[in-house]
Amino acid sequence: MSNAPVDKGRRRFLTVATGVVGGAGAVAVAVPFIASWNPSARAKNAGAPVEVNIAKAEPGQMIRVKWRGKPVWVVRRTPEMLNELTQIEDELRDPNSEEPQQPEYAQNKHRSIKEDFFVAVGICTHLGCSPTYLPAGMGDHAEGIESGFFCPCHGSKFDIAGRVFQGVPAPLNLVVPPHYYIDENNILVGEEKGQA
Amino acid sequence: MANKFVQWMDERIPMTKTWNIHLAQYPAPKNFNFWYLFGVLATLVLVNQILTGIWLTMNYVPSADGAFASVEFIMRDVEYGWLLRYMHSTGASAFFVVVYLHMFRGMMYGSYQKPRELLWLFGMFIFLVLMAEAFMGYLLPWGQMSYWGAQVIISLFGAIPVIGDDLTLWIRGDYVISGATLNRFFALHVIALPLVLVILVFLHIIALHEVGSNNPDGVSIKKPKGSVPDEEKPKFKFHERFTKKYDIVDAIPFFPYYIVKDLFGIGVFLFFFCYVIFFNPEMGGFFLEPPNFQPADPLKTPEHIAPVWYFTPFYAILRAVPDKLFGVILMFAAIVMLALLPWIDRGKVRSIRYRTVLHKLNLINFVISFVVLGYLGTQPATALATLFAQIFTFLYFAFFVFLFFYSRREKTKPVPERLTS
Repeated sequence: MSNAPVDKGRRRFLTVATGVVGGAGAVAVAVPFIASWNPSARAKNAGAPVEVNIAKAEPGQMIRVKWRGKPVWVVRRTPEMLNELTQIEDELRDPNSEEPQQPEYAQNKHRSIKEDFFVAVGICTHLGCSPTYLPAGMGDHAEGIESGFFCPCHGSKFDIAGRVFQGVPAPLNLVVPPHYYIDENNILVGEEKGQA
Repeated sequence: MANKFVQWMDERIPMTKTWNIHLAQYPAPKNFNFWYLFGVLATLVLVNQILTGIWLTMNYVPSADGAFASVEFIMRDVEYGWLLRYMHSTGASAFFVVVYLHMFRGMMYGSYQKPRELLWLFGMFIFLVLMAEAFMGYLLPWGQMSYWGAQVIISLFGAIPVIGDDLTLWIRGDYVISGATLNRFFALHVIALPLVLVILVFLHIIALHEVGSNNPDGVSIKKPKGSVPDEEKPKFKFHERFTKKYDIVDAIPFFPYYIVKDLFGIGVFLFFFCYVIFFNPEMGGFFLEPPNFQPADPLKTPEHIAPVWYFTPFYAILRAVPDKLFGVILMFAAIVMLALLPWIDRGKVRSIRYRTVLHKLNLINFVISFVVLGYLGTQPATALATLFAQIFTFLYFAFFVFLFFYSRREKTKPVPERLTS
């Protein structure tokens, strides 16, 4: 054993240096553990677009399809429903759809490409429940309209264009997914027109 | 022979010493009432959950395709599978019953006050882990309520600004709740969280035995060394770890005296526990909710969704606020306030027995608010229910605010020197 005097500065330097290197190693080791929680390649691939046939949709009817595991609604709105859109605008949080909850081509009064067909992701922007479609009877939840969407979980209310009411927990309008008309009777949900 | 074995062990591991310090020579105040049973009952339920849980994993299939069917398989085809599952599901609710009563005991007798702050904090961490454990366990049967309940709770994290959406995606491991979520919740529910829970319970007990148990009078049983004449000291031998610095008064050894008392309490508890298991396992939809008997359907939310009863007070607070982020903040704040009790209560007198009428009324206000919120959380979100939820959310938080202000100069009754009965 050496009897050389203890060099405290050197000892401290070595302790700190070892600590830093070890700490960096620990952080590096944490990366795979954390990253493995991200969606797997398979889950990412499952996001393929879906085709919806709307030829047989009656006025007032809703078609539900699954896209990326989420419910997507296609509602064929009646003229009465469309009339209601202008009646309660002062009660809505975002009547002009200024928040980016929809593609540009759906940023209009009726939040859709064609007036009567409304396409939306059927998931409440509050905590992810799927609101109930009320083609009639929405008057129980919001005066002045007969149709809309009511979330059973926490009572959020949306009009028939998926625009959220004031004074409910949901902060934003329902999401309109990217979609386009392949032809008159078919909508492709999950892709913009002209995309690969 | 037995003596020789004990001696052989004691030379290698502190077996007798540990037994004495924590049981046979641990001084417990002599005036414990029935409120002091719930700690032992919580331990019993923990053992029940671990044991039945291990057995359930032997037949459960953690996958989106197999989970629901495997639970039905356990219920119908596995011998005594129904009993193991009902013991586990009833145990979950029983856990919260005893833990809530255990916490209320601490609030009544000021058991969180100095020097037991850390003990209280360990308890709060146990409560948090328990909630996470219960939440993740509830996803596993993969029924409608499992699915949509998890959807709502995970979405809570989406309220966090900027990182919210990425965080929920990371937790789920998919764009919606899916088999990936189920599998990771299974791993956390059966391995990670139980480990943490057991470690925290260990720390909770070690911290308790370091500072000593509080009691219904809130009066310390440790007196300055040499201040108590020998004839007033209890006729029991306590470990020198406790008697070295203090004179211990009004105490009895935990073993055998309180063990016997606890055994009686356990008997009464098991009477109720068995009633639920054998005659009312769903407990009117409160322990097992009806929509959970349908397999998970990602396209359709049940008409009315509500969490299991033990989450409903906090859930009602969440719903009461018409703003997503603020609702989430307030819900977590409701739990944080409890954790901060040792610092919110600035009083020096512990037990409710010697505190003011105002304090008693305030504590009653807290209990009523908690119970009413719990009821409202099970009900649909009508305008009237929301209004009530807002009123009682206000009263819930008012308890802490009032307490903070009046506790500093509270005109308390004189506190006895020694335990009263």
